[in-house]
Amino acid sequence: MPKKKASRKPMPKDRALALRVNGRTVEVEIPPHRTLLEALRDTGFVDVKRGCEKGDCGACAVLIDGVAVDACLTLAWTVEGRDIVTAAGLGTHENMHPLQKTFVEKGAIQCGYCTPGLIVAAQSLISMTPNPSEEDIRVGLSGNLCRCTGYAKVFEAVREAAAEVRNQRSRR
Amino acid sequence: MYATFDLDRPGDLAGALALLKAKGAVALAGGTNLIVDVRAGRENPRRVVSLDKLDSLRGIRQAGGKVAIGGRTTVTDLLRSPIIAKTAPALVESARQFAGQMVRNTATVAGNIACGSPAADLVPPLFALDAELTLASPRGQRTVPIASYFTGYKKDVRRPGELITRISWKAPPPRSRALFYKLARRKGDAITVVGVAVALDIERGICRRARIALGAVAPTVFRAREAEAMLEGQTLTPALIESAAKAAAAAARPIDDVRASAAYRRHGVHVLVRRLLGQAWEQLS
Repeated sequence: MPKKKASRKPMPKDRALALRVNGRTVEVEIPPHRTLLEALRDTGFVDVKRGCEKGDCGACAVLIDGVAVDACLTLAWTVEGRDIVTAAGLGTHENMHPLQKTFVEKGAIQCGYCTPGLIVAAQSLISMTPNPSEEDIRVGLSGNLCRCTGYAKVFEAVREAAAEVRNQRSRR
Repeated sequence: MYATFDLDRPGDLAGALALLKAKGAVALAGGTNLIVDVRAGRENPRRVVSLDKLDSLRGIRQAGGKVAIGGRTTVTDLLRSPIIAKTAPALVESARQFAGQMVRNTATVAGNIACGSPAADLVPPLFALDAELTLASPRGQRTVPIASYFTGYKKDVRRPGELITRISWKAPPPRSRALFYKLARRKGDAITVVGVAVALDIERGICRRARIALGAVAPTVFRAREAEAMLEGQTLTPALIESAAKAAAAAARPIDDVRASAAYRRHGVHVLVRRLLGQAWEQLS
C-alpha cells in the first residue's frame, strides 16, 4: 500500500469548541488542523467566503477582538473564547452598520463575493484609523481582491462610512 | 484533504521551548506562512506549537538607547508604535507595504525573519539598523547579528527547536536617515521584486555610518559592504553616490523569475540605491 507515510501520523482528535460568533455561542466539533473558515462555514456563517485560502484575497476576513484576520489562516482551536464577528454580525436589516449602508448606497458591490471581507477589513481599518486618508484606505484594503475591479466605489463607501461613524461618536 | 497535525497551545515560553524539542514539531505564530505551506504540502509537521498565548513575546520597548521588540510583535504593531516611527522609519515603510491588512494584523516580525525568504520585506530595514536576534532554546539563549543570521536560500543559523524571541537595535543618532523602497508589480499584496533599505549617519558633514541592504536580489538579504565602505568617512557627492550604486548593483546576484528578469532587478538596485542615498543625504544636509 502507498500512503505509508501518512498512516504513521496519528489522526488528531476532534474537540468540542465553544466559539463566540456575532454575540452568540456556537458549538463545533473540530480537529486541531482545521481552520476557523471551515468551522464558520460548517456552522452556517456562509457570509464568510472561501477564496484563495492563502491569505491573498481577503474574502474570508473576520474580526477577532475587533481586528481583521484571514479565517483561512487561523486554526479554529486558537480562537476559542475570543470575540469573533463576521460581516453579517456588524448590523441588522433594521439597524445597518454605516459600512453596510454605504456599500449599498454607493453601489460598491458587483458580484458580491469579496464584499463581506471588504466590509470586515474596512471596519478594522476605521476602528484603528477613524479618519483615514485615501492612501490609508488603499493600504487598509490592499489584502482584499475584487476581481470585478470595483475598487473606486468601495473607497468612496469606506470614506463615507468612516465620516458617519465619526459623526455618530461625536453625537454621543 | 489537508495534512493533519496535533496542536499545543503552551502558556509560557519555557513550555513552548520544551514542546518544540520534539521531532516534527514546528512553531506557529501568525500562520501566514506556515498554514499556507502545510496546505500546499511544503510542510508536514507532526505537531504544531501555537505561540498565541505567549503575550510576553509581543511588545515594543525602548530602554536607554536600545529598542527591543518581542518576536511575536505583529507587522500592524510596528505601524502603530511611536517608538518604531521614531527609531526605525524604514521599517515602518516596509511594514506599510507588507502584504495586506489581515496578514499584517497577524504576521509577526520573527516569522518574517524565520521564513528565510530573500524577499521578506522587514529584513532589509533590520539589516540597515544592525539589528540583533535573540534565539532561545531550553538550554538558554544566544544573540546573533541579523547580518550573520542567513547562510543561504531559506537557510539560517537557527537550530532545530530554537525560537527568535527578540529583535533589538540601537536607536539611531539624531543626524541620521533611513529609507526603504519596495519595487513590486503593485503597491499592496505583492511579492517584492527589489527591496532596498539605506541608512546614513552623518557628523559635521561626513558620513560616519552607511548601510545598504538589498532584498530579493540574491539567495538571502545582504549588505552591499563594498558600496557602504565607499561612503563612510566621506562627504557624499552625486559622483560618489553613483559609484556606490554601481557597486551595489554589481554585488547583487539576482535570478530570472515570474516577477522580473535578473537584468531588470540589477538595474533596479542601481537606480534605487542611487535614489535613496541621494534622498537621505539631501534630507540630512
